[in-house]
Parts: sequence; structure tokens; C-alpha cells
Amino acid sequence: MNHRILVLASALIGLSAIPLAGQARPKPYTAPRTPDGQPDLQGFWTNATYTPLERPKDVTKEFYTLEEAREIVKKAAVDEAEQTVPGTVPDVHYDFTQFGLDRSQGPMALNLRTSLIVDPPEGRLPPLSAEGARRAAERTAARKSRGGPHDAVQNEPLGSRCILMDRNGPPMLGGAYNNTYQIMQAPGYVMILVEMLHDARIIPLDGRPQLPSNVRQWTGSSRGRWDGQTLVIETTNLTDKFAFMGASENMRLTERFTRLDDETLRYQFTVEDPSTWTRPWSAEVPWKKDKGPIFEHACHEGNYGLYNTLAGARAEERRAAEEAAKKKPQK
Amino acid sequence: MRNRLGRAFIVTVGVMVAAISAGGQSRTYRAPRTADGKPNFNGIWQALNEAQWDLEAHAAAPSPVLELGAAHAAAGGLSIIDGGTIPYTPAALKKKQENYANRLTLDPEIKCYLPGVPRANYMPYPFQIIQGAKYIMMIYTFAGAVRTIYMDEHKEAPADSWMGWSNGHWEGETLVVDTAGFNDQTWFDRAGNFHSEALHVVERYTAASPDHLLYEATIEDPNVFTRPWKISMPLYRRLEKNAQLMEFRCVEFVEELIYGHLRKKPSH
Repeated sequence: MNHRILVLASALIGLSAIPLAGQARPKPYTAPRTPDGQPDLQGFWTNATYTPLERPKDVTKEFYTLEEAREIVKKAAVDEAEQTVPGTVPDVHYDFTQFGLDRSQGPMALNLRTSLIVDPPEGRLPPLSAEGARRAAERTAARKSRGGPHDAVQNEPLGSRCILMDRNGPPMLGGAYNNTYQIMQAPGYVMILVEMLHDARIIPLDGRPQLPSNVRQWTGSSRGRWDGQTLVIETTNLTDKFAFMGASENMRLTERFTRLDDETLRYQFTVEDPSTWTRPWSAEVPWKKDKGPIFEHACHEGNYGLYNTLAGARAEERRAAEEAAKKKPQK
Repeated sequence: MRNRLGRAFIVTVGVMVAAISAGGQSRTYRAPRTADGKPNFNGIWQALNEAQWDLEAHAAAPSPVLELGAAHAAAGGLSIIDGGTIPYTPAALKKKQENYANRLTLDPEIKCYLPGVPRANYMPYPFQIIQGAKYIMMIYTFAGAVRTIYMDEHKEAPADSWMGWSNGHWEGETLVVDTAGFNDQTWFDRAGNFHSEALHVVERYTAASPDHLLYEATIEDPNVFTRPWKISMPLYRRLEKNAQLMEFRCVEFVEELIYGHLRKKPSH
């Protein structure tokens, strides 16, 4: 317990020294160059954040004050550290703080924004289009018709199945743990290694066309280019199965990476999908320099949790059936 | 006299040619360089042989799955092992034979598990090298497996893993990768060739022409083999202008196989 508070305290002291993302900068920063002349984004980065994608309903402003932001981080870190009570179900699942996996024990960019969404200016997802609302209802109905969440492996969330998580995306959003990324640049390519699911995104920069439109992949087809100091990645060819925030397979994603200083990378993305939302929307997340290495995250290979969830559900059903049989009046 | 001289000349040239082509490579080839002056191995590579089925010499064999008929029959192939066969201890050879007999349930490839080393390099899929000065990444199509080769932060494996912990260095034209810290869950091929967690692999990647590498791996595991042994093969560059690694998120393909028996039975 004591060491947790110590770790927490040092993490917060570390945070206070960090230059603030979103703050006015005195002089423009020019990123170092790779030998072939690209702005150098290489290294380890983290997108860990306590800032929610959508602005909380009771918040009306776009930015917190520095004091408010620090207070929010402090409270979130304390909540995270104290999340489990010995002997409870959450305690036997993961205690992130125990393994240093929680956000407060690693580097994190302090973000004054009240939401990651910057457009619409209200900081919330735009309204669904008529088609988007209809599809959302159809998806809910289809999910129900497949039975309960633990009736079959295919009903479980993609993350529990080690297929795709929000840290993979695309777009890549932080989560409770494994928020580390490694960027490498070789002539003609940028590679982003996502710690979660040992997922390497290899982005060609040679201007080649996207994959044929009939070829659909979980992470789509991604092509990159430089726009001045900014790496721009366009992604199409997504699938209906991924459905980021309810999107359709026609979603078009534009990600932009700009180095703001030695320690901070600005990650912006814009989602365009008229068949889901009435207008495009954009978000912005500061990524903070992290240190390696990234260890192998063999999620599927060690997925005892998924097996036990399904086996546990079947055991519960058997027990319920036995008890029901006992209660039946004997003839 | 002239004839004899001529014959001697032909023999000498013949010996020289044989010496140069030993190992299928010319020792004089110098690879293009990266910005930091090292041989440039950036690119998409693929093995083109039958080692995926069995490292040792083997005849073609039917698929263990009746319905797949000739489509997934094992292609016959020659050994890629120096000396022809794997020097198993007697107990390990017995286990290898059991592995082969039960390969349909035991081969980790079938379950979409990370393939390990060296198997990842000669599966029938391309892999890509992204080369930096400090790190060299090897990214594989199968299961999206990734290896980081640490070029200047050499250390012992902090924990066991499927793909191992790889320390690399340059010896002239050759990238030498020393990998250990494996678990005992991966195989070398579909024939049940296996190892323990004591596996230690030293790989040598040498450019032999603009479009092929000579790949050699020395495999050591005193729990399973009586001595270290070596495999070698060329790795070929994928030359298509639009070559790229395609997504192969195979977890989805094996879920019913692994978890299907845990599906809720329809109530009656």
C-alpha cells in the first residue's frame, strides 16, 4: 500500500514537470530528420490518458485550468490504485497497479482538454445519420438473436478474444494498460508497433493506391505521406466486424502525427462516415515519450480468461439445471 | 602436352567455380548500405522450399484431414539440415514421432499460436524487415508475429516468450542474431520437430545478391539434441512492385476449433 502511494506521488511530480500539450508554445519546434530526410518520429511513445473520448455531460468548457487538470489526474490515479478490495471479483481479475500496468505509474502527457474529441466543438460524437441509427438498431437486434454474451466465443467482445482492441484501432486510443507504441522509419515505410496484441502497422509512403475495394481487413488498408512536419495516414477498406464507435465498413480514417517537442507527439484523427454520422468528427491525443522495450504480448496464446469465462458459463447452466431438476416434485 | 595442360586448366577453373558457389552464394557480393553504413536488408522476404512440412528429407504425403484431399497434402522435399537429420536423443526422437502421429491436435500452427524461431522464417508467407541502427524488426504475416532484434542493448531474456529475445550484431556482410528465452511450446515444422525451453538459436543473414539472402541457423538444446545442428536456405525478395504483408489475424479462424465445445447447447 505504502509503495503505491510513493509511486503515485513520484508519478504526479513527474507530470507537473511535463510541458503541457495544447498550451501555447513560445518557439516553433522543428523535428530532427532521419538520414533520408523525413521528420524523425522514431522511438517509444505512450498514449495513456485519463481524458475521456467524449466530454463529460456536466462539463461545458473545452479546457481545464492547469490546477483542475492536475486534480483530475490525481483523483483518477488514486481511484485506479484503490480499485480492488481483497476477496472481491475485481481483485482476482487484474490489479493493474500491482504490476505497474496502470496509467499513473508510467509516463503520461498531461492534457488540459476536457475531451479527446475536438470537433464538433461540443466535444461529443455527432448525431447518427438516419442510416447510422437504423444500422445501430439492426446490430443490436442481430447481437440479441445470437444469444447471451457468453453463449459462444463469437459473442464475446473482440478484445477478450485477442482479435482487436482500442489500442490497436485504427484509430489508436489509450486504454487501461499496454499503451505503448514504437515508431520506426525505414526508406519508404513507417512502422508503428502497437504493444497490445504485438500488432505492427506497416505503412507504405510511396503513394501506391489502397487495396482493391473488395479486400477488407480488420485494420483496413493504410497509406501514408508527409504533409510538411506531419505524417498523414489514410485508412479505408475496413470491415463491418470492427465497427469503431458504431462506424460502417465505409469509414474513412485520416490520422496525423506531428512532433511538438522532444517529449511530445500530437496524434490527431478524423473519422468520415456519412453512412453513420451526420458530419465528420476529429479527436486529438498527446503522446508522451516512453522508454522501451516492448515485451511480447501473446494474448491469444495465454487466453485462459476467455476459456474460463465460457467454461464457467456452461458450469453455471449445468448447476442451474441440476437445481431445477431437484425442485421438480417427485412422482 | 597441350591437351594435358588444357585439362589441368579446366580442372582448376572447375575447382574455383565450385569453391565460389559453395552454399549457393558468391563471397564477393557486397550489399547496398543503409544510412549508417550497414548492409541494407530492408524489404519483404520469403522462403521457397518444403521445410514448412518437415526440415528433414521427406516424400509427399496425404493431408491428415480427409476432406482436404490433395489441397493440403504435404509436398515432398529435401533436407535443409547440415548432415541431413536432426540429432535427437533417443527419448526426444520418440516424442517427435508421437508429435507427428498426433500433429492434428498438437501442432501449434493449427491453433494460430506465435510460430517461434526459426519456424517463422520458412512458413509459406512473406515477412518484412524494417531496419534501424538500434533495432531491426522482423514482422511476419503468420499470426502477425513480431521480433525485435536489439542491436546495442544486449541482455538476457527478461522472461520466456514465444518468439524469444534476440540480440544482434554485424559481422561484416552478415547479420548475426542470437536468440534465447523461448518457451517450450513451439515446433520447427508440421512434422512434430520440437525443442525445450533451453533452445538457443544463432542465425546468420548474409546478402548473396540484390534479391536473395543466405539464411543459416544453428540450433542448440541439450535437453533434446545430442549436439548443435545447422539449417540453411535462401530467402528471396518479393519483387512485385505492390508487394505488401496482408493481414492474417488467424485467431478468428481457430476460435470454433479451440472453444467450439464450450458453445451453449440449445435448450430443449
